[in-house]
Amino acid sequence: MPKISTKNINAWFGKTRALRGISLDVPEKQVVAIIGPSGCGKSTFLRSLNRMHEVAGGTIEGKVLLDGEDAYALDPVVLRRRVGMVFQKPNPFPTMSVFDNVAAGLRLNGVRDKKRLAEVVEKSLRHAALWDEVKDSLDKSGVSLSGGQQQRLCIARTLAVNPEVILMDEPASALDPIATARIEELIHELKKEFTIVIVTHNMQQAARVSDFTAFLYLGELIEYDATTKLFTTPGNKQTEDYITGRFG
Amino acid sequence: MNIGDWLFKNLTRLFAVLVLAIVALMAWEMIRGSGASIGEFGWGFLTSSEWDPVQDLYGALPFIYGTVVSSLIALAIALPLSLGSAIFLSEIAPRWIEGPVAFMVELLAAIPSIVYGLWGMFVLVPWLRASVEPVISKNLGFIPLFRGAPYGFGMLAAGIILAIMILPIITSISRDVLRAIPGTQREAALALGATKWESTRIILASGKSGFLGATLLGLGRAVGETMAVTMVIGNRPEISLSLFDPGYSMASVIANEFAEATTEMYTSALIEIALVLFVVTLVLNAFARFIVWSVTKTSGGSR
Ligand SMILES: Nc1ncnc2c1ncn2[C@@H]1O[C@H](COP(=O)(O)OP(=O)(O)OP(=O)(O)O)[C@@H](O)[C@H]1O
Ligand SMILES: [Mg+2]
Repeated sequence: MPKISTKNINAWFGKTRALRGISLDVPEKQVVAIIGPSGCGKSTFLRSLNRMHEVAGGTIEGKVLLDGEDAYALDPVVLRRRVGMVFQKPNPFPTMSVFDNVAAGLRLNGVRDKKRLAEVVEKSLRHAALWDEVKDSLDKSGVSLSGGQQQRLCIARTLAVNPEVILMDEPASALDPIATARIEELIHELKKEFTIVIVTHNMQQAARVSDFTAFLYLGELIEYDATTKLFTTPGNKQTEDYITGRFG
Repeated sequence: MNIGDWLFKNLTRLFAVLVLAIVALMAWEMIRGSGASIGEFGWGFLTSSEWDPVQDLYGALPFIYGTVVSSLIALAIALPLSLGSAIFLSEIAPRWIEGPVAFMVELLAAIPSIVYGLWGMFVLVPWLRASVEPVISKNLGFIPLFRGAPYGFGMLAAGIILAIMILPIITSISRDVLRAIPGTQREAALALGATKWESTRIILASGKSGFLGATLLGLGRAVGETMAVTMVIGNRPEISLSLFDPGYSMASVIANEFAEATTEMYTSALIEIALVLFVVTLVLNAFARFIVWSVTKTSGGSR
């Protein structure tokens, strides 16, 4: 059974239609990349998976299944703990320390036990490949880190609540090549335990990190296939034009 | 350099310097004018509660007390209300409510203070005297704050009027502070599985120092407010623990007595009160502006 499966979802911003009948299965513990030209609905698709689309005032139709169950029947709070999200721009909480940023989700869950918090924070930071860089400055403000460190901090924050799925919206687009490479390595590691859906503008990145790739164009799913297949022998002319850089 | 640019640059610089010069001149004039009183009473002026023009004895404590207490009452009332409405407007209310309500709150700031004063005299004070103060003193009279005869005119009336007057500034600055916090912060919290309330709490933590700045600006305004307070505070230079009793404020005593100050020492004492008021409001406002400025400048998720 796919971890996440969407059935014919349509999404709107007021009268603007951002998604047109998207059906797609995300297999468990795999990385699915979403590619497509700007404005084609990549973020909207991602945000419809954890009901963040509604937060921006959008509406949605169709079904999203998580482990075969209707995700929209769940309390959004519960859904978002199971389906975590990393944003394009690193957004640590500015008034919180590194430690508190990572612990924020746990505290929301009511975890107060100091020892337990410290354990989870360390584990999450190690997992996000940030521990060695910040272990001596856990009390420093989260925003005092470099951009790449901030993004890994945000990943650690997401990991700390132990989600099943991680959604990433262009997580490396604000970072330099070295920081980007670290995030990509990290995705390889995380795949062992989590299901990942990543939006990216960067085709090489999609090819490097993902097992499956979906190509969206003007709100429609044009092609969805194994990444190696989609990038070597695309089944659709528009996909081919896009990945060879002829438009977009 | 272009002659127009040169002219523009130096003209604006001149005006900027002029503003500073005016402030400095005011300070200097007050220091000079209060020389006699400073020489006669020294620091004791600030701690003495004697105010006796007949014997030419002057102490500012009752006025300082009145200003401080009425301003604190105002803050105690206005702060929860303003923060509440700022949070409601920026975090909860839909657009179509936010606009009109915010507009009306800001309209409150445009009402002349004499109008507040009149309303205070003819509506608030009688209401306090007839309905509010008797009930409070009957039930809570064992607390010294609420003991004594219900005059209507007094600290409480002044505090309430001031609360209404500083509500708009605290609300609108707090709202600006909240709006300066990027939406990505809210989304970060929600995506972690925070409820609306929890995400708002995280947002509020980010705005903390901004709210402090807004509060101090409100306080600065309350401290300097003259007309409306003079009309309802009762104008008696006494220090009484009861909030129902009449008092006096620094601004009010200057407004009331300056024209009838007959001796040189009397005038000088009033000018010294003005000097104290000037310094307090200047420091308060500078501090508040600095906090608000540093918050709206640096808030944001990433550098
Ligand atoms: N908050 C919003 N209000 C109204 N319309 C929006 C909003 N956000 C996105 N849209 C519209 O929805 C469509 C899809 O937007 P979306 O952000 O999903 O695109 P995207 O593929 O993520 O683009 P990008 O690569 O630039 O991030 C676009 O046409 C956009 O104009
Ligand atoms: Mg996007």
